[in-house]
Amino acid sequence: MNNKEKLITTFCDALGIEQAVATGELEYNSISEWDSVAHMALIAKLEQEFDIMLDTDDIIDMSSINKAEEILARYDVVF
Amino acid sequence: MHIDEVIQLDSYSIAKEQKQEILLEQLNKLTLHHRHKCPAYDRLLAAHGVSNNPVTEIRDFFPLPVRLFKEFDLRSCELEEVIKTMTSSGTTSQRVSRIFLDRDTARYQSKVLVRIIQHYLGKQRLPMLIVDTSAILQDRKMFSARGAGILGLSTFGRDHTYVLDEDMQIDFELLNSFLEKYKDEKVFIFGFTFMIWQYLYQPLLESGKKIHLENGVLIHSGGWKKLIDQAVDNETYRAALRVQTGLSRIHNFYGMVEQVGSIFMECDCGFLHAPTYADVLVRDFLSFDPVPFGQEGVIQVLSVLPHSYPGHSLLTEDVGVIVGEDDCPCGKKGKYFSIKGRIAQAEIRGCSDAHAFDKR
Repeated sequence: MNNKEKLITTFCDALGIEQAVATGELEYNSISEWDSVAHMALIAKLEQEFDIMLDTDDIIDMSSINKAEEILARYDVVF
Repeated sequence: MHIDEVIQLDSYSIAKEQKQEILLEQLNKLTLHHRHKCPAYDRLLAAHGVSNNPVTEIRDFFPLPVRLFKEFDLRSCELEEVIKTMTSSGTTSQRVSRIFLDRDTARYQSKVLVRIIQHYLGKQRLPMLIVDTSAILQDRKMFSARGAGILGLSTFGRDHTYVLDEDMQIDFELLNSFLEKYKDEKVFIFGFTFMIWQYLYQPLLESGKKIHLENGVLIHSGGWKKLIDQAVDNETYRAALRVQTGLSRIHNFYGMVEQVGSIFMECDCGFLHAPTYADVLVRDFLSFDPVPFGQEGVIQVLSVLPHSYPGHSLLTEDVGVIVGEDDCPCGKKGKYFSIKGRIAQAEIRGCSDAHAFDKR
């Protein structure tokens, strides 16, 4: 599994959504599954899966799956 | 300036003149926006003879009594745009406030909270001890002020550890393993002022246990009413916690569910500070005119964040005193102040009734 697939899988697991929903354009707070409670669970899961520790700014800025990819790339995750 | 630029500004380095300019622009825009989007708000202002012209002084923004959020559903966005409804904690038989958030307002709140809290905790997330029970986050659509507070502050933590069980008893096993795991690291402790006292401090005191949080930073909020009833003021609170837990970095904050995000944090000198995005005024109990610094009165809070509900200028039910502006020994700019208590059994139903209430 490459990192892009891993990212999508992590989103699906953390938010409890289907792969079909988890497109790059999916935005925070646009579906009930990705609300502020789920967001913290998502962060924990991403950190665990990619073995990174995100800053507070990155957590707030992670407003879509595309944005998540951009942020993770800054932590040397190669997509 | 667009609101997105305002929320990028530093929280504590903008001096009076520039801040006033920024706030006047933002708050005037907000008044018009809310009058346009919330008919009930517009009628209320019209009934009080408030014109549609922009005001030139911060003191001229109409202070909407917070009580009105308990009696009416005040909303400045479409119902479909509401992503979260927050409610106040609602003590005794009083009704709770209902605050409607859309995506933009929720985003402004998170961004500003980060800006402010980073001044106290840094950018790195810290191991976080939450003096509450995880049961508080059960209902996700309807957020209590308590749940929203915990969740908002959780952004600054990692390895979130809820130290109380569902019966509000300390889970000592969990607490001890957290303390052991992070004994050499800076940790972040968050909880509500009264709950920390009642469910953490008191049980530790009674059982003669001391814990070691010398490396910790405690941030707490939620009001002093119950503690003032027990004759516990801020100094007593800080001193007692220090003895039992070793905590010396303790920051209270003043904020309300009606203005989440732009909170007023306690500095190292023990004063609450208005950040760039907010302001505070103190008004006379009878005339409702702003009083000079140093004089007690009813607190009015202003914030540039509320777009989805008309909460940018609110008359609170709290009594306080402004100490000064831009010259706190801690170095932070902005007005700094202290809370002195609450208006007794306040039930303000608009300015015409409000002056019937005396200070306790």
